[in-house]
Amino acid sequence: MTGLTGAYVPGRSPLHRLGAGVKLLALALSCTALVLLSSPVALGGAAAVVVLLYAVSGVGWAAGWAQVRPVRWFAVALFAVQALSAGPPVAVTSTLRMVLAVALAGLVTLTTRTAAMMACLERCLAPARFVGLDPFRLSLLLSLTVRSVPVVSGLATRVREAQRARGVEWSMRAFAVPLLISVLRHADTLGEALRTRGLDD
Amino acid sequence: MTHDEQVPSRPQESGDHQPRRRLATGDLARISVFAALIAVLGLPGGISVLGNTVPITLQTFGVMLAGAVLGARRGALAVAVLLVLVAAGLPLLAGGRGGLGVFTGPSAGFLIGWLPGAAVVGWIAGSGGRTPGFARLLVACLAGGIGVIYLLGVPVQAALTGLPLVKAGALSSVFLPGDLAKAVLASVVASGVFRAYPAAGGEQPVAAKGRR
Repeated sequence: MTGLTGAYVPGRSPLHRLGAGVKLLALALSCTALVLLSSPVALGGAAAVVVLLYAVSGVGWAAGWAQVRPVRWFAVALFAVQALSAGPPVAVTSTLRMVLAVALAGLVTLTTRTAAMMACLERCLAPARFVGLDPFRLSLLLSLTVRSVPVVSGLATRVREAQRARGVEWSMRAFAVPLLISVLRHADTLGEALRTRGLDD
Repeated sequence: MTHDEQVPSRPQESGDHQPRRRLATGDLARISVFAALIAVLGLPGGISVLGNTVPITLQTFGVMLAGAVLGARRGALAVAVLLVLVAAGLPLLAGGRGGLGVFTGPSAGFLIGWLPGAAVVGWIAGSGGRTPGFARLLVACLAGGIGVIYLLGVPVQAALTGLPLVKAGALSSVFLPGDLAKAVLASVVASGVFRAYPAAGGEQPVAAKGRR
């Protein structure tokens, strides 16, 4: 759990070269369009466009499937419920709409470097300075979090081992309370370290 | 380190009740470490109930704890940081999910609901005395960690899928028993933490003095 990487697939397609902000905006617009489309034919057309976009991007079908995979069972359940209650055409449109929205969003993620997306989101979040988060603190917060994931994961492993040694493997309480306390202690040490390095003003 | 630098805005360092213009450095550290904790609670093998037989995602448990321990503002910020990293493409949600797809998928509303959810947990937990007892924590986790999250999640799911609200609610109710168990557990754990680590409730007094 040391190397946290996103789902980005390197490439040189036009989709890769578009800016992250442009892609985010396009995603928002096309998801709105998906909601507005209501006939099976129109959604079939939208599906063709999405397939075409995937083909242009060259990320590969396996990567695309990995994006849609988490909602597969939900899609099946949705189709079944809608087919029984509202008829097959509605079942097709609503299931297709949901899957296409996930696929499109996945395509943006697959063709945008995590760092570029992060920079773009940081710019979008500039108004956060009104709740006390200037851009510098915001990016510090984000990178500290990325760094903290392996640390907290290590703390969790240690607590689990201690738990096993104490013979209380089954108790969630014996896991979560020590974990939380070590997490808090780590956070307070980290805060102290940041303060020592003059990160107060 | 002149005098006029130290006088203003320092006395209100210890509480969460007053909106400050700037986040203290200790707050930054706590927010990021708790955001990481929520992510770790979703790792496969990170936590498992009953050995490895029942894989359960404990991320909502983490959201409740962030609200209960950090308070409304910092708890919600911890969730926000996690969601931004997820949106940027990092696989920090349960099952290694991440990327923008989760925000256009059927459970987008639940995910967004974590934000006000953590805030409400923190608000209810912090609205009483200094340290909330088990009963208050339980009410907070039930209202914020389940009530608010479902209140946002179910209608968004209904809107995204075209399902009637009742049907979407029925689909989501599968997760209700697990979430109830998590709320009870979060209250037990949070009250245990407050007892064992009294500084958990807020910035320690040391922090106000020890700057520079």
